[in-house]
Amino acid sequence: MNKRTSVVMFGLLCLLGLWLLVGCSKKEETTEAPASAPSSMAQPAPAATPIDPATVASISGSVKLDGAAPKTAKIDMSQDAACKGTNTAETIVADGGNLANVFVYVKDGLGDRTFDVPKNAVTIDQQGCKYHPHVLGVMTGQNIEIKNDDQTTHNIHPTPQANREWNESQPPAAAPLEKSFAREEVMLPVKCNQHPWMRMYINVVKSPFYAVTGPDGKYEIKGLPPGDYTIAFVQEKLGEQTQKVTVAAKDSKTVDQTFKAQ
Amino acid sequence: MLLRRHLAGGATLKESDLRSLAAPYNRGHHRFAVFVACATFVLIIAGALVTSNDAGLSIPDWPTSFGSFSVPPLHGGIKFEWSHRAIAGSIVLLTISIAAWTWFADRRRWMKWLGLAALGTVIIQAILGGLTVRLFQPPWVSSAHAAVGQTFFCIAVTIAIFTGRRWVEEVPQIEVDHRRPSLITLTLLSIFVLYVQLILGAMFRHHGMGWWPHVANAVVVAFVLTWTAIRALSQFSKIDAVRRPAIILVSLLIAQLCLGFAAFLTRVAWGRDAIQPELPMVISTVAHVAVGALLLATAVILAIQVWRQVPVSFEERVPGGTRKPVAA
Repeated sequence: MNKRTSVVMFGLLCLLGLWLLVGCSKKEETTEAPASAPSSMAQPAPAATPIDPATVASISGSVKLDGAAPKTAKIDMSQDAACKGTNTAETIVADGGNLANVFVYVKDGLGDRTFDVPKNAVTIDQQGCKYHPHVLGVMTGQNIEIKNDDQTTHNIHPTPQANREWNESQPPAAAPLEKSFAREEVMLPVKCNQHPWMRMYINVVKSPFYAVTGPDGKYEIKGLPPGDYTIAFVQEKLGEQTQKVTVAAKDSKTVDQTFKAQ
Repeated sequence: MLLRRHLAGGATLKESDLRSLAAPYNRGHHRFAVFVACATFVLIIAGALVTSNDAGLSIPDWPTSFGSFSVPPLHGGIKFEWSHRAIAGSIVLLTISIAAWTWFADRRRWMKWLGLAALGTVIIQAILGGLTVRLFQPPWVSSAHAAVGQTFFCIAVTIAIFTGRRWVEEVPQIEVDHRRPSLITLTLLSIFVLYVQLILGAMFRHHGMGWWPHVANAVVVAFVLTWTAIRALSQFSKIDAVRRPAIILVSLLIAQLCLGFAAFLTRVAWGRDAIQPELPMVISTVAHVAVGALLLATAVILAIQVWRQVPVSFEERVPGGTRKPVAA
């Protein structure tokens, strides 16, 4: 390879790298179209399968932790003076054995039913350098409003498996970000790379039949049509457990679940 | 090469002849090259701090930082990422300078190309750094960024060696290597296993694979480097240029194995469920990366010195059936 060829090759390599960078620098559309929509000139989403309100049932219950809850880890927020939140981690929150932040949803049994996507957005608030809530449920295509109430810049970085990844910063007092996810994904991690302890989970499902357990470990899912269902209970650290349940018209079933402490 | 063969073949050259062939020692050039190599080492530490503090994507855009080239508020992970970018930008300027200085001031044509190779490597490294941000740190891009960074460090160190007074003015102490595998083979094998180890370590750090391939290859690295150092010290300890890097190599190897063990404990055994990067993990992993870079650079220096000072003998079949050892 002579001198001129080497220089040309080197130049081409640099151009290739720049081209790659430019290609990657195109602003990504992070509000995704639902997977079912074939194009941006989308046909309207299929009409929701009607549910007779006179027959709907509900499922409620509580989720417990069997065994001693692990000692709550302390967060060191000293790297940012603007972070003045409660400094305890939320990996496993079990006050008196009541397990909070468990995502409960109808995993199976709804068949080909379709549901209207709620027009109201759900909110994620960054406050005290923590995400509120820590676990969120949302329908595919539903808007998520992300606010920053801290006097510091955060970045919101979901790391999904089935949806598109994005990473955006949000300075103090900035306008809320509006996002949505097109595909179902349970326990989709969201983190802030500026404050590495900040972590939350978004659960994206196709139906409105989901709930997140509160500090008392309780949940309730309303408006279910009669049928046989698989109910899944998902905890970020303890994993997933399922139960099969049959609900008749106007039923009000109690389905409790217990996770074993690791 | 011709000179080396000439000397290995038993011919004699006067020192004045050697000096006329070599480039004159340029103190300013050499000191600047040493500065570039040291600055690159600082950059490697800054890069390791970014990864260990999980701050790689704390600034979501590149090459700008939050849409501008000015200094952002340096809180949280931003201070690690932005410092890394600032030092990297300075290194690009330093590399342009050393490449230009070498091109115009050094008589040796291969040195001119080495300077350009340094420039090309640092440009590739900058592109990989940009891609790792733009593509959200895919393991293969982040690992390539780690590997090319240490390759650039090795090039910077070799430029510093080749411009040094010892390299330019001292007459090599030639000793022919008759043993097999030859010492040069062992030093090249050392570089190879260290490079594999670097890639395995980077893939683990960037969540591209588990920890066990890196730990398993550490056994291979320890064996090959110990073999290389023992061979160098037992056979060629009279040659300063070989003895020194061999001693440093084995010392760094011991330090690196200890740091690797500490990094394993703090990250894998104790830090698996840590809610955030903890100081012992950050210190041990950053030190592990830094000493790893020094180890690779030392192996490269040893290989270069062995290539220069220890020619390999080979047996040539002479017509008539007699064998006579001849230096290569």
